[in-house]
Amino acid sequence: MVRIIDRRFDSKKKSAVNRQRFMRRFKQQIRRAVTDAIQNRSIRDLDNGEQISIPGKDLSEPQFQHGRGGEWENVFSGNDQFASGDQINRPMGGEGGGTGKGSASKDGQGEDNFVFHLSREEFLDVFFDDLELPNLIRTQLARITEYKSRRAGFTSSGVPANINIIRSMRGALGRRLALASPYNARLRELHADLERAKEEHGPESDEVKEIRAEIHRLRVKIEGIPFLDSFDLRYNNRVKIPLPVTQAVMFCVMDVSGSMDEEKKSVAKRFFMLLYLFLTRTYEHIEVVFIRHHTIAKEVDEEEFFHSRESGGTVVSSALHLLRDVIRERYASGQWNVYAAQASDGDNWDNDSPICRDILANEVLPYCQYLAYVEITPGEPQNLWREYEKLIGSHANFAMQRIEQPSDIYPVFRELFKKNLV
Amino acid sequence: MKRATKPKMLPSPSEWSFDAIEHYHREIARVAGEFGLDTYPTQIEIITAEQMMDAYASVGMPVNYHHWSFGKHFLATERGYRRGQMGLAYEIVINSNPCIAYLMEENTLTMQALVIAHAAYGHNSFFKGNYLFRTWTNADAIIDYLLFARNYIAECEERHGEEEVEMLLDSCHALMNVGVDRYKRPPKLSLAKEQLRQREREEYLQSQVNELWRTLPLQDVRAGRDNEIRFPTEPEENLLYFIEKHAPLLEPWHREVVRIVRKIGQYFFPQRQTQVMNEGWATFWHYTLLNQLFDEGLLSDAFMLEFLQSHTNVVYQPSYNQPWYNGLNPYALGFAMWQDIKRICENPTDEDRTWFPEFAGTPWLETFDFAMRNFKDESFIAQYLSPKVIRDFRLFAVLDDDRDAKLRVSAIHDDSGYRQVREKLSDHYNLGSREPYIQVWNVDLRGDRSLTLRHQQYRRRPLGDSADKVMHHLARLWGFTVRLESVDDEGKVELVQENRLEKRTLGGDARY
Repeated sequence: MVRIIDRRFDSKKKSAVNRQRFMRRFKQQIRRAVTDAIQNRSIRDLDNGEQISIPGKDLSEPQFQHGRGGEWENVFSGNDQFASGDQINRPMGGEGGGTGKGSASKDGQGEDNFVFHLSREEFLDVFFDDLELPNLIRTQLARITEYKSRRAGFTSSGVPANINIIRSMRGALGRRLALASPYNARLRELHADLERAKEEHGPESDEVKEIRAEIHRLRVKIEGIPFLDSFDLRYNNRVKIPLPVTQAVMFCVMDVSGSMDEEKKSVAKRFFMLLYLFLTRTYEHIEVVFIRHHTIAKEVDEEEFFHSRESGGTVVSSALHLLRDVIRERYASGQWNVYAAQASDGDNWDNDSPICRDILANEVLPYCQYLAYVEITPGEPQNLWREYEKLIGSHANFAMQRIEQPSDIYPVFRELFKKNLV
Repeated sequence: MKRATKPKMLPSPSEWSFDAIEHYHREIARVAGEFGLDTYPTQIEIITAEQMMDAYASVGMPVNYHHWSFGKHFLATERGYRRGQMGLAYEIVINSNPCIAYLMEENTLTMQALVIAHAAYGHNSFFKGNYLFRTWTNADAIIDYLLFARNYIAECEERHGEEEVEMLLDSCHALMNVGVDRYKRPPKLSLAKEQLRQREREEYLQSQVNELWRTLPLQDVRAGRDNEIRFPTEPEENLLYFIEKHAPLLEPWHREVVRIVRKIGQYFFPQRQTQVMNEGWATFWHYTLLNQLFDEGLLSDAFMLEFLQSHTNVVYQPSYNQPWYNGLNPYALGFAMWQDIKRICENPTDEDRTWFPEFAGTPWLETFDFAMRNFKDESFIAQYLSPKVIRDFRLFAVLDDDRDAKLRVSAIHDDSGYRQVREKLSDHYNLGSREPYIQVWNVDLRGDRSLTLRHQQYRRRPLGDSADKVMHHLARLWGFTVRLESVDDEGKVELVQENRLEKRTLGGDARY
C-alpha cells in the first residue's frame, strides 16, 4: 500500500540556515557587491533588492579534476559529414572535449560570476550595516504637521449633519422589534382566545368583549413604542489622523571641483541616498534637485551629477545662489518641505566663505525645513567650515558634520532626527 | 488479473487530487507488478516548488547537515527557477526504504502519474536491484544515518564553533570524490549502532594514531633508506579513509566528521556510475507502464498526448553541431539502449544475432533483469550498445591529442567503427577516465611526517588547476607537509605540488 504524504505545509525555508551561512561566509564579497550596486543605482532606488554578483572563483568548491592536455577521446552524436580518419581543426577555445561548457565571463577568467538575488531587507541590512546605524533610527519618522480626517466607524453622539440614516433606522427597527415582542406574543395568544371565546360563548358575549378590550390595550402599547428614539441615532465618526505633508523637495548640492575624487563622491552619494530614504518614510512625493558646482553652479540630472568630472577651483556661493533662485522660483509656495544637503571637501575660495554664510543665513535657511552640510575630508576643517560654524545655535534647522568614511555618515542623521522630533 | 468488462477510464482532469494520485498509483503498481518489477515500498510526498528547491540544495536528501555550499546551490537554483531558465526537477527520488518520491504540487495530474511511474517504480526497482546500490548503499539506514550526521555536526558546531566546523567540512568536501572505496564493502550502518560505537571508536582511533607515532623504533638515522618500511604498505585510494584513520593531529570529533562526509560520499558513489543505465531504465519503465495502461484503455488520449510531449522532451538528443549540445543525454542514450535490448530480444535481425548471440530472441524480461542487476554504465555500454543504436544516434568518436595539430575522427557509425565507438563511449563512463586517479603513496614516518599522494596519469592528462586548492585542504587535514606527484604512462614521477606546513593549524595541538 502506498503512503501519500502532504508535505506542503511542513516548515518552509529549510534552506534558510544554509542561506544564512552562505551570506555570512561571503559577507565581504556581498558587501563589496552592494557598494558597487550603490554606485550604479539612482539614489531614489533604495527600496529594491539587488542582483548580487560574486566572482565564481571565490566560492568554488574544488575537487581533483583533469586539466587540459593529454589525450581525450569523446563520442558525439549526430554525425553529418565525417568519415573515419578525417582531420578537423580545433574549435576556438580548444577545450579538448568541447563539451559546450565554459562560457566566458567578462574578466576572461573562464569562470562565471555567481549571481543571486538579495531581498530588499537583506540589501538594506548590508547597506545600513556599513553605516553603523542603530536599528531604532531606521524606523523613526520626522515630525508630522498636517492632519487628515478619515472615517472610523460610528458613534452615538455627534452633529446632525453626520447622522447615518441606515444605521440609525436599523437600530430603531431592532429596538422596536425587541420591545414589542412580549406584547406581540401576548397578542397572538389573545387572538387565539378570542376565536375560542367566540365559538364557546357567542360573538357578543362578555368574555369576547373583555378580550377585545385587552387586545386594544396592547395595540396602544405597541403603537406607543417610539418609531425613532434618540437612543437609536448613529453618527458617522471621523477621526483626525496625522498625515505626512505629501510633498518635499530635496536639494543635493555637491562640489565637483578637481579635489573631489570618486571616493568622496561615493561617500556623498551614500549620504544623499540615506537622506532620500528617510524622506520617503515621511513624504509621499519627493522631488530631487541636483546642483553641482565648481566655480559656477549648474542644475543637472542625477547621471551627470555623480558621474561627470570637473576640474579647477571652487566658489561655493555660486551653488547657494542657484539654490536660492530655484527655491524662490519653484518651491516657495509654502506647499513644499524643503530639505537640502550640501557636500563638499571644504575647499573654497577664501573670500567666498563669508558670502556663503550670509546667503545661507538670510536667504536659504528661512525656506528650509532642514539643511545639512557635510564636509568630506580627512584633514583639518577648511575655511567654509569655520564660517558655517557661526550659524550653529542661531539656526535650529542647520546641521553640519565632518565625514571621513561611510561610518561617519550616521551622526549627521542622529542630528537630523534629534531636531525634527522636538 | 484479466478484466472481463471494458475497464473504466482513469480520471484525467489536469488538476490532481489525492484520490486521483492514489488511483493512478494503484494502476501503475499493478502493471509494474505484472512486469515483475521488484521495488521497495513507495512513499509519495507532495511538496511545493520551494521545498523542491530545498531538496535540490541538500543534494536531494530530506535531512542533511548545514553548510554554506548547500545555501549556494539553493540560491543558484532559486535564481534559475525564478527567471524561468530551468524547470525544476522532473522528480527527486531517494534511495531509501521505503523509497521516497517527491511530487511537486505545481504539476498536472499527467506529470504526477509520469513521475510515479518513473521514480517510484523505475528508479526504485533499480535501487533495489542493481549490484552497485546493493553493495554500497543501505537503503534501510540512510535516513537514520543522515539524522545522526546532522545532529552530530550541529553538536560539534555548538561545542567548537560554526566556523571551525565549516572549515573542516570544506576540506572534507574537497576530498569527497577521492574519499570512496571502489572495491571494498563498507559495513552497514544503523543509527543505534552508529551512536553506540561512536564514542568507542573515538577513543580507539585516537589511541591508534598516537600509537603509530609513539612506537617508532629508535634507530640509526644514518641507516640506509633501502629497507625502510613503507607506510601505507599498499597505496590507499580512499583519501578520506586514510585521513580519518591516520592523520596525526585530528581530534576525535574531527575524525567523526571526516567519517560522516566519507560515508555520505560513498552513498552517492553508485549514482555517479549508473547515470545512463538508471535514467534510461526509469525512462523505459515510465514509457512502458503508461503505454500499457493506455493499451488497457485506462488512459485518455489527452493524457497520452501530454505525457508523450514530456517524454519526447526528456529523450531529446541534440546533434554535436547544435548550439545547445551538451554531451550525450543520459536519458536519451539509456532509453534507446533499453528499448533496443527489448527489440533484440523480441525481433532480432541477423546483425543482432551475430552481435548478441547470448540473448537475441530470449524473453526480454529476463535479459532486462540480468542487465539491470549486474552492470554499471561502463560495462553496460561495453556489453549492450548495439550497432543499431550507434547508427540511430549517428555516433562518432573524435580523438584530441595535444601533440597533434588537428583533431582526428577515430571512428564513426560504420562496420569498422562500431566496436571502437562502443569501446570509447564505454571508456568515457569509466570512472578512471572521468576523474583523476589519486592514491596515498607514502607517509614519511621517520622524517617530517609529510604525506605524498600519487596521481596516476590517464592518457597523459594532467591535473586541473583546482588541485592546488584541494591540496591546501588536504594539508589542513593532515597537519604536516603534503606533496602531490604525478606518474606518467612510462612511470616517470614528477612533483606537481608541495604544500609545506609548519604550523599546526587544525587538530590536537590546541595548546601550541
